[in-house]
Amino acid sequence: MARFFKQFYLAIILIFMYLPIGALILFSFNESKSMATWTGFSTHWYEQLFHDPIIAEALWVTISVALLSALIATVIGTFAVIGMDSLRKKTKGVVLNLTYVPMVNADIVMGISLLLLFIFLNIPRGYWTMLLAHITFNIPYVIFSVLPKMRQMDRSTYEAALDMGAKPSEAVRKVVFPQIMPGIVTGFILAFTMSFDDFMISFFTTQGTTQNLSIYIYSMARVGINPMINALSAIMFVVVIVLLIVVNVRSTKKPKRTLQREY
Amino acid sequence: MEHVIDFKNVYKEFDGVDVLSNINLYIKQNEFMTLLGPSGCGKTTMLRIIGGFEEPTGGNVLLFGENIKGVPPYKRRVNTVFQRYALFPHLNVFENIAFGLKLKKTEKSVIKKRVEDMLKLVGLKNYGDRDVSRLSGGQQQRIAIARALVNEPEVLLLDEPLGALDLKFRQGMQLELKRMQKSLGITFVYVTHDQEEALTMSDAIAVMDEGVIQQVGTPEQIYNEPRNSFVADFIGESNIIDGIMKADYLVHFAGNDFKCLDRGFNENEPVRVVVRPEDIEITRGIKDGMITGTVTSTLFMGVHYEIRLDGKNGFEWLVHSTDQFQIGEEVGFILEPNDIHVMEASSYDNVRIDDMEAV
Ligand SMILES: Nc1ncnc2c1ncn2[C@@H]1O[C@H](COP(=O)(O)OP(=O)(O)OP(=O)(O)O)[C@@H](O)[C@H]1O
Ligand SMILES: [Mg+2]
Repeated sequence: MARFFKQFYLAIILIFMYLPIGALILFSFNESKSMATWTGFSTHWYEQLFHDPIIAEALWVTISVALLSALIATVIGTFAVIGMDSLRKKTKGVVLNLTYVPMVNADIVMGISLLLLFIFLNIPRGYWTMLLAHITFNIPYVIFSVLPKMRQMDRSTYEAALDMGAKPSEAVRKVVFPQIMPGIVTGFILAFTMSFDDFMISFFTTQGTTQNLSIYIYSMARVGINPMINALSAIMFVVVIVLLIVVNVRSTKKPKRTLQREY
Repeated sequence: MEHVIDFKNVYKEFDGVDVLSNINLYIKQNEFMTLLGPSGCGKTTMLRIIGGFEEPTGGNVLLFGENIKGVPPYKRRVNTVFQRYALFPHLNVFENIAFGLKLKKTEKSVIKKRVEDMLKLVGLKNYGDRDVSRLSGGQQQRIAIARALVNEPEVLLLDEPLGALDLKFRQGMQLELKRMQKSLGITFVYVTHDQEEALTMSDAIAVMDEGVIQQVGTPEQIYNEPRNSFVADFIGESNIIDGIMKADYLVHFAGNDFKCLDRGFNENEPVRVVVRPEDIEITRGIKDGMITGTVTSTLFMGVHYEIRLDGKNGFEWLVHSTDQFQIGEEVGFILEPNDIHVMEASSYDNVRIDDMEAV
């Protein structure tokens, strides 16, 4: 009996979580415009998507911002981790906690504060402010992906490289980077994902001057629900879920090459 | 001979704790110098200072006569075999060993030849393509040695490089390292906490305890004339007895006067007497003038028996013998002058011996 309730409970939770998304994906294949009755299978909403120049423009914004912000945040975040490694323990803890705050901070707070900053600095809102904002919120995700790899690394391998005549920059390039690379790649994918599905911060930091996919969906939804939104949302959902699965698999996978150490 | 390394009044603190105190030590060209001491006594810290991974809190270190303060590790003409190997996990065996040569832009064919020679030397021929993480601890250690040696350093620092090897292989590698050191003409600074290893391999030994060098000397000097009871005890289990120096060449302990080879003490100066267990020869036939005792335990050690005796006046003696004795047997022995080593009693605890004229 108890077992039945446990499973029932779990099923309810999962249904609540996935039913809306399931419905959304299902109705994105609906033939008619109706959101309530199923009239037959069709992919024409998807076809329509790919012929809409505004959507193509929004898609380009989303992908280019995601790629660029993830790339730049990965570079900055990785060097931040390498730099932090030489800090004293206490300072390191403080810096890490400071990094952690933006991750749990409400998006809307982050969005508004960035907007205020851009207004204060008199930077015209648009593509570049969105990019800057995305880089900012992506850096912590990179740091928290790379840091565990840095901790796993045997620090004396860096010293061994110096010992054999490598300059510090060569030692970082030839010995540190290859060892933390899995964390760097994970951080990049995570940052890409976060940027890809962000609405709130993009919305505030562009003030409607530039549209990415999520802003476009939002503006369409305000006019009235259109099955094209379903199709677009379904695509975004699939992209994000696939990337998150990749990140998860990567971080749970046993590292192939670590030395078992004997003392 | 030229000094390759000179420690001059070096001390080192970590977070306000003294880890090395007033170290004065020199290491000569082509010498095999061993730093010997218990865990945590500062051996690795000494090597890290030479390698450039730690800076001394005070004092100076000279390498080939030049002060190396602030010189980064990659500019020092030394190589290190790290205590925990520090192999590169993302590179295979060949690439690990070739690392230093590649940095120096050595020609490919030369690299190939020298790496293969090294692999042969450490007994891991044909292991070049292996993943280092798949190797056993002992094999990893040998790769670490090969990786350092291939750079043909003038000074090689080795931090317990044979710790993970089993006894048989360790002895083989000891001979091999010693042979390489002689034939390549490299100065070795070798860290170990194994006194047998230190005694068999070294030209000179520095015995350390709690960040202080207790004694520096040849293996014979360290073994036969330990400066204090820490050294005597660390070098091998010994009988250490309080005594009084009656006159030159005459010492009183264990209720008797004994002739000895030591002189230069004050009359009636309290001293410590060291008698090695293997210098004591016990017999069943007790004669006059013998020290006597009852066997309380015997333990077979492979070559000899380790026997404990309860002597008169509450003395306990540790004795090695190739003959077997029964518990409860009465035995006796005679101490010859050269079995007796007299040390100053004042040098009992942690005396600082800074000079090194012994070497
Ligand atoms: N980076 C450090 N920070 C603080 N304390 C340290 C540091 N490195 C070493 N110590 C301390 O210095 C002392 C000496 O350390 P060291 O590693 O030199 O000992 P060791 O003789 O090599 O010991 P072992 O035989 O166990 O390797 C130890 O008490 C150790 O805890
Ligand atoms: Mg050590």
